[in-house]
Amino acid sequence: MPFSSLSEIKTRLDCGETTAVEVAQLYLDRIAAHNEQLNAFVHLDADHVLGQAQASDAYRAAHGVHGARALEGLPIAIKDIFCTQDGPTQCCSNILKDFHAPYDAHVITKLKEAGAVLVGKTNMDEFAMGSSTETSAFGVCRNPWNTDRIPGGSSGGSASAVAAALTPAALGTDTGGSIRQPASLTGITGMKPTYGRVSRRGIIAFASSLDQAGPMTRTVKDAAMLTAAIEGHDPLDSTTVADAPQLDWLKACEQRNMQGMKIGVPKEYFVEGMDAEVRASVEEALKQCEALGAELVDISLPNTDLAVAAYYVIAPSEASANLSRYDSVRFGHRCENPEDLLDMYTRSRDEGFGSEVKRRILTGAFALSSGYYDAYYLKAQQVRTLIQQDFTQAFEKVDVIATPTSPVTAFKIGEKTDDPLTMYLSDIYTIAVNLAGLPGLSQPCGLAQGLPVGLQWIAPAWREDVLLGTASAYEAATDWHKQVPAAFNEISGGKA
Amino acid sequence: MSWEVVIGLEVHCQINTKTKAFCGCSTAFGAEPNTQTCPVCLGMPGQLPVLNAVAVDKTILTGLAIYADINLESKFDRKNYFYPDLPKGYQITQFTVPLVEHGHIDIVTKSRGAKRIGVTRIHMEEDAGKSMHEGLDAVSHIDLNRSGIPLMEIVSEPDMRSSDEAIAYLKNLHQVIRFLGVSGADMEKGQFRCDANVSVRRPGEPFGTRTEMKNMNSFRFIKQAIDYEVVRQIEVIEDGGAVIQESRLWDSVKNESRSMRTKEEANDYRYFPEPDLPPLRVSQLEVDNIKAGMPELPHQLHARFEAEFGLSAYDADVLTQTRELSGWYEALVAAHPADPKRCANWMANELLGRLKEMNKDLAHCPISAQAFAQLLDRMADSTISGKTAKDVLDAMMETGVSADDFIEAKGLKQVSDSGEIDAMIQAIMDANPNQLAAYRGGKEKLFGFFVGQVMKASKGQANPAMVNQRLKELLKAS
Repeated sequence: MPFSSLSEIKTRLDCGETTAVEVAQLYLDRIAAHNEQLNAFVHLDADHVLGQAQASDAYRAAHGVHGARALEGLPIAIKDIFCTQDGPTQCCSNILKDFHAPYDAHVITKLKEAGAVLVGKTNMDEFAMGSSTETSAFGVCRNPWNTDRIPGGSSGGSASAVAAALTPAALGTDTGGSIRQPASLTGITGMKPTYGRVSRRGIIAFASSLDQAGPMTRTVKDAAMLTAAIEGHDPLDSTTVADAPQLDWLKACEQRNMQGMKIGVPKEYFVEGMDAEVRASVEEALKQCEALGAELVDISLPNTDLAVAAYYVIAPSEASANLSRYDSVRFGHRCENPEDLLDMYTRSRDEGFGSEVKRRILTGAFALSSGYYDAYYLKAQQVRTLIQQDFTQAFEKVDVIATPTSPVTAFKIGEKTDDPLTMYLSDIYTIAVNLAGLPGLSQPCGLAQGLPVGLQWIAPAWREDVLLGTASAYEAATDWHKQVPAAFNEISGGKA
Repeated sequence: MSWEVVIGLEVHCQINTKTKAFCGCSTAFGAEPNTQTCPVCLGMPGQLPVLNAVAVDKTILTGLAIYADINLESKFDRKNYFYPDLPKGYQITQFTVPLVEHGHIDIVTKSRGAKRIGVTRIHMEEDAGKSMHEGLDAVSHIDLNRSGIPLMEIVSEPDMRSSDEAIAYLKNLHQVIRFLGVSGADMEKGQFRCDANVSVRRPGEPFGTRTEMKNMNSFRFIKQAIDYEVVRQIEVIEDGGAVIQESRLWDSVKNESRSMRTKEEANDYRYFPEPDLPPLRVSQLEVDNIKAGMPELPHQLHARFEAEFGLSAYDADVLTQTRELSGWYEALVAAHPADPKRCANWMANELLGRLKEMNKDLAHCPISAQAFAQLLDRMADSTISGKTAKDVLDAMMETGVSADDFIEAKGLKQVSDSGEIDAMIQAIMDANPNQLAAYRGGKEKLFGFFVGQVMKASKGQANPAMVNQRLKELLKAS
């Protein structure tokens, strides 16, 4: 059972074949066995997990099969960026070491209301700034497919945990690819919903105009189930949209619409520099879609090459302001014996933030500073508009766009840490989707030298149904999502 | 060669909403420190702002009252700086596109007459908390109750040429804001705060380098600070120096200002669009509805009081200072419609004078406008004289007694019966034959003597006008 999908576990729970406590215990045992190696979880309170599972079993007993809630008894791991009343919320940063939020993020409240069992906090790049989960203040996280390699980032802990079946599903956040890229590098499914679909309230902000929470799961249907539970207008997040088109999330998966679909293939995403095997895997996947009845259409997204540059102005600019609140005045790390206010600010922040976070704060503050604003921030916003227009024009011709999720497979730990610019290019295929506010989904579509390759789907705003339908069709015709890292697939001893 | 003073003013005015600009915390003044806070106004991780719609409406109302344009789409920006009483490390404000632009306020000063002062913009923003350093040994305390209270920042054009004009502008603005009921505007509570940008130049030349005067919490201090700064700048220039652009703090104890920070030390606020708030959109219909609900403004009332009630400019001025005053006056006229001028005179001079002596405001006046009208009625129908009325008013103010009850109880009713008055006069003439003879012999000064004697005999209750008239006739007759 460890590698079962959420929906499979749900069926077994509904049939009374297992209990939430048994399920929780199974994954707790796996975490106990494997987390030291992977460092996917940075906080876990086993008793608290079992307590939730017991409460869920009690709820199910009291309300019957039909009274069970949408995620009744299902374990979901939580990226350390989501504020939770239970346990610490540290964003994998020393500046928030031992910080306990007095509130739950909106999506955490929704998961609780749906009956989910929240399983610990997962590792991530500090403040979600990174593509490898190497900038975490709590140590690097490892890829279960090859533990010398990174799991991607910033939601690397969630990706690693799902890939190694330490949890059947997890929540991540995606600012420039932080769900999709690690999903791709660990062979799981991850979706970034349309900006404004999911409330950001209680999610520690990195870049407010780009951040979006989403599911990291074993299957497309699981992604739909989890998104259905967390999405929706939040009056306390003014960037969620009150009249967003409502979707029937599970039905969207069942429709499996590949026949007659026009799939746009942007030439700018298949260029020199990408891994040849990754390219081959994605091209093979596209052929398979064609065989399933889809029509491949060559398209152009001409401003693609500007996306990374624009992103690395906009995201750090917003971050530089978002991270100002970590000033040691009200909460968070404060240096010893500050001499005066300035000393308190500078030393506390110097000690609390890691080097990548500092790099981005400085970059952002510079881009916004007087005399440079027009050349950097304003120009980047103009590029953002052009990128949005690229997509708008493309979607006049095609229903959905398919690309690789990452130009390379999981790279080695330490390989890019000294070269931030190369690291930044890890997100070259995912960033434009955030800049345009569109929904994107990554699913496994191959293995290259034993490492997973991801296929990215991009749909028009509010059309997650298109993503889910297309990805479901591909998933139904292939077995890539059933591939699991052999080292973590030992025969389970339990009843499950 | 003379100097010309150039003044522009920035007013930060707290909007009197029940809850803060971006969260549900109370805005009540004077609570225990940090009891009116929540994760949003404390700047906790992941918390997001939600704009207070009432604050928007009140800003629009203020904009309409100064004949400004309302931007149907405006934007919020972040103003970045570090200070312990600014929890997020940035203030949410409106930088590029404010809600209100291009208004004006008309002023009149004795020295320069009527003038129109441009209002560049009114934008919405949030207040910071308060830092307290004094009386604390090597520690600072921070109260974040004020953090997030909605503010309007009202920015004038550099149109004022004297401190008198600046004060006239501020008083007009203050009056309008009080009339609209959009702010308590209590300067002592920091609800209406003014920064003054001051520069001097030779007439016809470009603007000089300006300094920003801060920390003035009364009209008097603002005037003193501006006057001080003008003298200081002129001295600097005439001594061959140059004014440096800086912020200066006014010290109202020492009556001087000192430099707070120079331009070089000033923050680069790194403004950029607030990504947590979509652009603020209001419809023309909403603006029209707000306009339809606008109360009569001070200058409109002023004009109407002059035209409709025949008041002097001075009386109209006094009675339109606040909405309470004009409302009380109109209630008084409604109850005593025969003579609006009498209403104005008696209210402005007698009633307000007594209130001032009692250290009370109109809201706590012991008598109603209707009760006051009864007193005026008794003067109009000659039941009492004006002199008696003042005594009656004293009693009314002191005990709340009605005019009629007091007149009745004290027997103050004026004698206006000509027969009775004639009889009194006859008795006085009979008792003073020498004076009568002298008067009839041409010593007309003695007329006053007879008036006094009759009034004394009547214990002040004889109608003085009738006494005058009857005396003139009876003293002549022989």
